[in-house]
Amino acid sequence: MIEGAKWRRWVYFYVPLAVFVLWLLFPFYWMLVTSVRPDRELYRAWTAVNYAPFWTAHPTLEHITDLLTETLFIRWMINTLFIALISTVISLFCGLLAGYALSRLKFRFAGTLGTGIFITYLVPQTLLFIPLADIIRSFQLGDTPWALILTYPTFLIPFCTWLLMGYFKAIPRELEECARIDGATRWKAMLYIIFPIALPGILSAGIFAFTLSWNEFIYALVFLSSAEQKTVSVGVTSELVRGDVFYWGQLMAGALLGSVPVAFIYSFFVEHYVAGLTGSVKG
Amino acid sequence: MARVLIRNLNKFYDKDVHAVKDVNLEIRDKEFVVLVGPSGCGKTTTLRMVAGLESISSGQVLIGDTVVNELPPMDRDIAMVFQNYALYPHMSVYDNMAFGLKMRGMDRGEIAKRVQEAADILGIGEYLRRKPRQLSGGQRQRVALGRAIVRHPQVFLFDEPLSNLDAKLRVQMRVEIKKLHSRLNTTAVYVTHDQVEAMTLGDRVVVMRGGLVQQVGEPLELYNTPVNRFVAGFLGSPAMNFAPVAVRDGDGGLRADNRGFVIDVPAEVGPRLRPYAGRDVILGVRPEDMQVANGSHPPGLCFDAMVEVVERLGAETLLDLQVGDQTMVAAVEPTISAKRGDKIRFAMRPERLHFFDATSEAAI
Repeated sequence: MIEGAKWRRWVYFYVPLAVFVLWLLFPFYWMLVTSVRPDRELYRAWTAVNYAPFWTAHPTLEHITDLLTETLFIRWMINTLFIALISTVISLFCGLLAGYALSRLKFRFAGTLGTGIFITYLVPQTLLFIPLADIIRSFQLGDTPWALILTYPTFLIPFCTWLLMGYFKAIPRELEECARIDGATRWKAMLYIIFPIALPGILSAGIFAFTLSWNEFIYALVFLSSAEQKTVSVGVTSELVRGDVFYWGQLMAGALLGSVPVAFIYSFFVEHYVAGLTGSVKG
Repeated sequence: MARVLIRNLNKFYDKDVHAVKDVNLEIRDKEFVVLVGPSGCGKTTTLRMVAGLESISSGQVLIGDTVVNELPPMDRDIAMVFQNYALYPHMSVYDNMAFGLKMRGMDRGEIAKRVQEAADILGIGEYLRRKPRQLSGGQRQRVALGRAIVRHPQVFLFDEPLSNLDAKLRVQMRVEIKKLHSRLNTTAVYVTHDQVEAMTLGDRVVVMRGGLVQQVGEPLELYNTPVNRFVAGFLGSPAMNFAPVAVRDGDGGLRADNRGFVIDVPAEVGPRLRPYAGRDVILGVRPEDMQVANGSHPPGLCFDAMVEVVERLGAETLLDLQVGDQTMVAAVEPTISAKRGDKIRFAMRPERLHFFDATSEAAI
């Protein structure tokens, strides 16, 4: 902590903190304000006398009702939720097994394999979508949720594997050895001892994976074409920007509602999540 | 009830590290055997091979009459206590102790009975609902012991169980482990690097170095008749003094000549030392076997020393001595007043002198 005179705490702690918080929250505030601002204010010229960009005197739910009734937004939400949940479950399952194996089992090429998995994570999606598009077409999965459910794990599994590998490595080997002497098979020791202890790490990996797939844009843009198949991130940007017309109110309402599930999950698991990031296993 | 038999046990890591070399050992039924040695001597690896946590490169391990080389740890009917306690952090003390029994499908009533019984023996009954992180180091180690004894295994394995405890608690737990063993009467193998633990706990002690067994025997046997310089120096605190001496034929017998002192070789060692006449050997003498000389000591065993440091421990006083160009430690009665710079005449106890070959370091 900052010690010394009171002004030092203000200058070195509270003021920088406030600036930082304002800086971070401003885009969200802008999103919120825009989504409740009536159109006549939104498109008012900035030279107008009553131009007030930072607040509105006549808040309206018009954009939100339009979004929910006149667009396929609810459908997009359901699509996104479905895709994100299933690809998270798949990735978490594979990541758990792979992370455990790479951190605990001794086998040939374990190190090479670990590095290999990491390298696949480093290949940018903007390159990878081209060959993946070819594969999706060959399997005739284009414009179905499965196009995303099967491609998201290509970056989620390496991510989960690496995060969990680090977490498993931090758990003392003796715990598992003791369980195995106590009469547990390797599988049971994993299930009853290692996984419960690694729960914060598993939750973190799950939340991250869910967020990554919820926010994913490029694959969703390329692999889905019909409006009713789209995810929130693609649906909002492609259906609410028509030519050079931006439906700002609905765009921002979509962005706002689209970020609610993620914010909800974060706040729900925040304690575990932080524990997972700091990776503490206390004996 | 089981003995543990180790035959020609070897462990190689990555083909070029030979961690355990041809270890042969019989641990009798109900015996408490301690493996002791400096770190990296192969003692823990040997224990882990008995436990089944480490694969056996060659040789055999038998528990009872069964070769257990290929048996998984769970089928060896052993229990192990680890240095870092290895308690399951997400389970209560009760569940920690019950885990092994649950895994074996024992019914709840019997589990509760056994856990209660073990908790009573160890005095941890009131902590059964707590989580390990709410316990002190000593309590945690008790729980770890409890988890081992509820299983009623054939063999207990201890891997430096007291190393994480502070000095006072260590002494206390040492006594408890000893009591526990005499109460449970189960074969036990105990690994430690602490020679005091080895001497006090072991029915027999196995001293290891560099993957090789140096000597196996009862604690005092090892202390009084070490087979080589390593065992002699490893057991005992403060450690044995070693001084290079030249064996010379003097009038009336052999004499051992260090530039700082010349002493008569005791008659009973004479014949063994005879072939070394004219060569260098190493003389070993324990600190407590050097006494302040008075008139009654034969002059042939006396030498002069200068006091460099005085360490008063209360029960005894340690004197760091300069003898010629040699530093030696003597443990003397606390009543003896000595200060830095004093010249004192010491006598060695003839029957307690050790001689070691200068090159092989084996006892002569």
